[in-house]
Amino acid sequence: MQRIGVFVCHCGTNIAATVDVKAVAEELKNEPGVVFTADYQYMCSEAGQNLIQDTIRNERLTGVVVCSCSPRMHEATFRKAAAKAGLNSYMVEVANIREQCSWIHKDKVSGTEKAIILARAAIAKVQLNAPLTPGQTPVTKRALVIGGGIAGIQCALDIADAGYEVDIVEKKSTIGGKMTQIDKTFPTLDCASCILTPKMVEVAQNEKIHIYSYSEVEAVTGFVGNFDVKIRKKARYVDETKCTGCGECTTKCPMKKIPNEFNMGFDNRSAIYIPFAQAVPKVATIDPDHCNMLKNGKCGVCAKICTANAIDYKQQDQIIEEKYGAIVAATGYNHIDVSKYDEFAYNQSKDVVTSLEFERLMNAAGPTGGHLKRPSDGRDPKTIVFVQCVGSREAPPCAKGGKEYCSKICCMYTAKHAILVKDHYPDTNVYVFYIDVRTPGKLFDEFYRRAVEQYGVHYIKGMVGKVAPQGDGTLMVQASDLIANDQLHIKADMVVLAAAIEPDKSARHLATMLTASMDTNDFFTEAHAKLRPVESPTAGVFLAGVAQGPKDIPETVVQAGAAASKVIGLLSKDQLTGNPCVANPDELMCNGCSSCEKVCPYGAITYADKEFRQPDRTVAIRRVAQVNPAVCQGCGACTVACPSGAMDLKGFTNKQIMAEVDAICR
Amino acid sequence: MQEAIIKRAKELLADGTVNRVVGWKAGDFAYDVTPAVFTSAEELDKDFLYNDFCAPNLSKYLIKESRKEGKVLVFLKPCDSYSFNQLLKEHRILRDNVYVIAIPCRGKVDIGTVRDSGIKGITDMECDGETLTIHTLYGDKTMSHADSLGDKCKTCKTKKHAACFDEMIGEEGEPNNDGKRFEMVEKLEAMTSEERFNFWRNELSKCIRCNACRNVCPACSCENCVFDNPASGIQQRAAVTSFEENMFHLIRAFHVAGRCTDCGECTRVCPQNIPLHLLNRKYIKDINEFYGEYQAGENFDERAPLNAYTFTDCEPDVVYKRGGNA
Repeated sequence: MQRIGVFVCHCGTNIAATVDVKAVAEELKNEPGVVFTADYQYMCSEAGQNLIQDTIRNERLTGVVVCSCSPRMHEATFRKAAAKAGLNSYMVEVANIREQCSWIHKDKVSGTEKAIILARAAIAKVQLNAPLTPGQTPVTKRALVIGGGIAGIQCALDIADAGYEVDIVEKKSTIGGKMTQIDKTFPTLDCASCILTPKMVEVAQNEKIHIYSYSEVEAVTGFVGNFDVKIRKKARYVDETKCTGCGECTTKCPMKKIPNEFNMGFDNRSAIYIPFAQAVPKVATIDPDHCNMLKNGKCGVCAKICTANAIDYKQQDQIIEEKYGAIVAATGYNHIDVSKYDEFAYNQSKDVVTSLEFERLMNAAGPTGGHLKRPSDGRDPKTIVFVQCVGSREAPPCAKGGKEYCSKICCMYTAKHAILVKDHYPDTNVYVFYIDVRTPGKLFDEFYRRAVEQYGVHYIKGMVGKVAPQGDGTLMVQASDLIANDQLHIKADMVVLAAAIEPDKSARHLATMLTASMDTNDFFTEAHAKLRPVESPTAGVFLAGVAQGPKDIPETVVQAGAAASKVIGLLSKDQLTGNPCVANPDELMCNGCSSCEKVCPYGAITYADKEFRQPDRTVAIRRVAQVNPAVCQGCGACTVACPSGAMDLKGFTNKQIMAEVDAICR
Repeated sequence: MQEAIIKRAKELLADGTVNRVVGWKAGDFAYDVTPAVFTSAEELDKDFLYNDFCAPNLSKYLIKESRKEGKVLVFLKPCDSYSFNQLLKEHRILRDNVYVIAIPCRGKVDIGTVRDSGIKGITDMECDGETLTIHTLYGDKTMSHADSLGDKCKTCKTKKHAACFDEMIGEEGEPNNDGKRFEMVEKLEAMTSEERFNFWRNELSKCIRCNACRNVCPACSCENCVFDNPASGIQQRAAVTSFEENMFHLIRAFHVAGRCTDCGECTRVCPQNIPLHLLNRKYIKDINEFYGEYQAGENFDERAPLNAYTFTDCEPDVVYKRGGNA
């Protein structure tokens, strides 16, 4: 028989105002196994904790029930207190009589009655509690950052700075991500390349960081502190160790008419290419879809002229296996495809461009050398219309591929575009159509106001209804001005669409491998929206950048640093203490049906063929479930999926739950 | 058909492909057919039966048989093949140790249906094509084959096998989509809750807890059934209250939900003629409505809706949307 002590907390007036705490303490004296009850103003205070510890010692308690706030709040506090007094931490249960009782009741009589019932349930559970001991697992002191954009770069640099090895896996042939394509950055208008490329070089030169460029994560197994990752290093048909990045091959390659992704297709590249001058690693890559040698076995020019002998047409994909203690998902974003938005004539006119395309048209390293020209005829645009929220903040069902959320960065970069245009070409008429202008951020609103007040950009609240290409090459923009309640017809030379951003398509597949959860928009979800914003619910997996939600560069860098600090915190440990409340299969009852394996969100369950002695003294081999306690997060999904009742959760056994229900229904 | 089956079984025994055969043989009465294991050509000649009375589903026997020495031959009717496939999916049968021959089925005569038609004192039955002749203490009676089928066969879901067999004797049939399968469930859903409660109290009050339904059910194949496990708190014993009587069947229906292939064995073996399969069919119908059409055992790889989550799954508020009666 347990000797249970019950401690009822007033929580100042939080509980005591709605629950008669003295009556609760008095009533619970009659419960089976209860040898001591008390009430106290603040159980979580030092004096409160001392009361618990003294009682454990004096009354030789074997179980403790604290009637207080949510266990999310102070369960850890009370468990630690009990452990200090020599009682196993897991012999402590919390009855939540604040959030689930006093805060939602007005009537003291019913509040008190409910508090007693909740406490009874906790007492019934403690009756069946058993001491639990968490296990220890070692930590592999190496981190994996998936995605080599600014988020991945910052995160890797910070982790390496703390002295840990980091690998970056980047699917493109260079790190740098979207920021390499951006011209200037708001709100200070410094050049994106100028602040990014030094960081890229820093990554390349850091001996703690290894870059797997042109590579993708193939498989992830294992668990926090002990991930086993397979990385597919795609064949680039160029030996990275030999290539000097001289670029000679790119000038001699005869296949020169391939749309250049880096410049959003505004100019061409060759089949063997280096995406841009500051690429890291600065190594050529052969595009197998366009290389004549790889497709037809004819050509071989690059191999002939390469003085470093780096070209290798027979190169194969390589699978690299590596162990990691922590993984950061920094997979970034893309613009949605705006071609379904017929009303904006994106498919019909070259002069309707997306914002990222506009970045290239403004960029000194872009296809026009930084001179803004109309893509159709090269003329200077005199009137430019910017359309915001193309595909953002859309009402369901979002049939054209739009998103219900706000893409967050568009208001600011559109203001930036408007300012840059007006700054370079003051005689240009610039219109911005918006639903709302959202500028929360340091110096953001000032920046936007500068566009309106100093540069005279016409901000018009309203959406563009139609963009119609005209015979003379102009674009007729029909829009409504909601404030003036007017219909506008603007003859524009260019239209720029601020397309919504969405997570990279590879993120969904990656999330499955990482058993990290995602929201309906395929953004990674964080363990807690406010309090654990850079951790995924899967232990050891962290989040950085737009993969977690739309954000701008400063926010991304902040988040990447935060993720890095979490990684460092994890890697600095030699051993990880697990959660002992994990699933525990009864092998004698297990049918080996795999139901639990299928519902396990963490991949914690595997199967083994084991020998069992049968009642008739024969030996039978049966397939039974095995739980890896280091991976199991104790969610309990398996226990309800198990048809035979073989799976149970330590600390929350089926019997304990039933005892709680019975106590409540008594 | 029986000759062809015996011939093939003998061949496979003779060439050593298998060392035993799971099939059917006559019980105390010709119409009372029982599953049996045959190990020689002589035994097959003497006892093996395949006729209009061979209703028992043989798939469950393979859980034990497939774990014995050597390969076992089994004959599966279309509905049995779904149970077999479902058991494979749950890793309950070792596929490599089983040789499966798919055989056709035109629906099996059900003694309960014959008795319900008012025929008493049955001593024997024989089915010749479309006519069933029933020998009774009061002289011979006849009935058409179609009328003599149990509900399981009258509302047959399919005459097409699940893709799990090594070879086939006879012709493959077609799925049956006449929608009659859920007619009775729909009737029950249309009742008021009081009517429905009374219907089930009436049916379940007949239960004698013989456990035949559980023992025959291919989905009820746990190593250690909760009703046999002293630690579960609900172990095997006679029902103390009538409420417990009802709960046994409801718990069982929940345990097999999503895995029940609707083979109808529970109702067929019930000595009290309780239409137990209606409980399972209600869950099947609900699963179809909540998560999209699903036939347990049809597909080896598909994830069962109760073990999967998709964004199109219904929300819990479906309970309110459907109203109190469903």
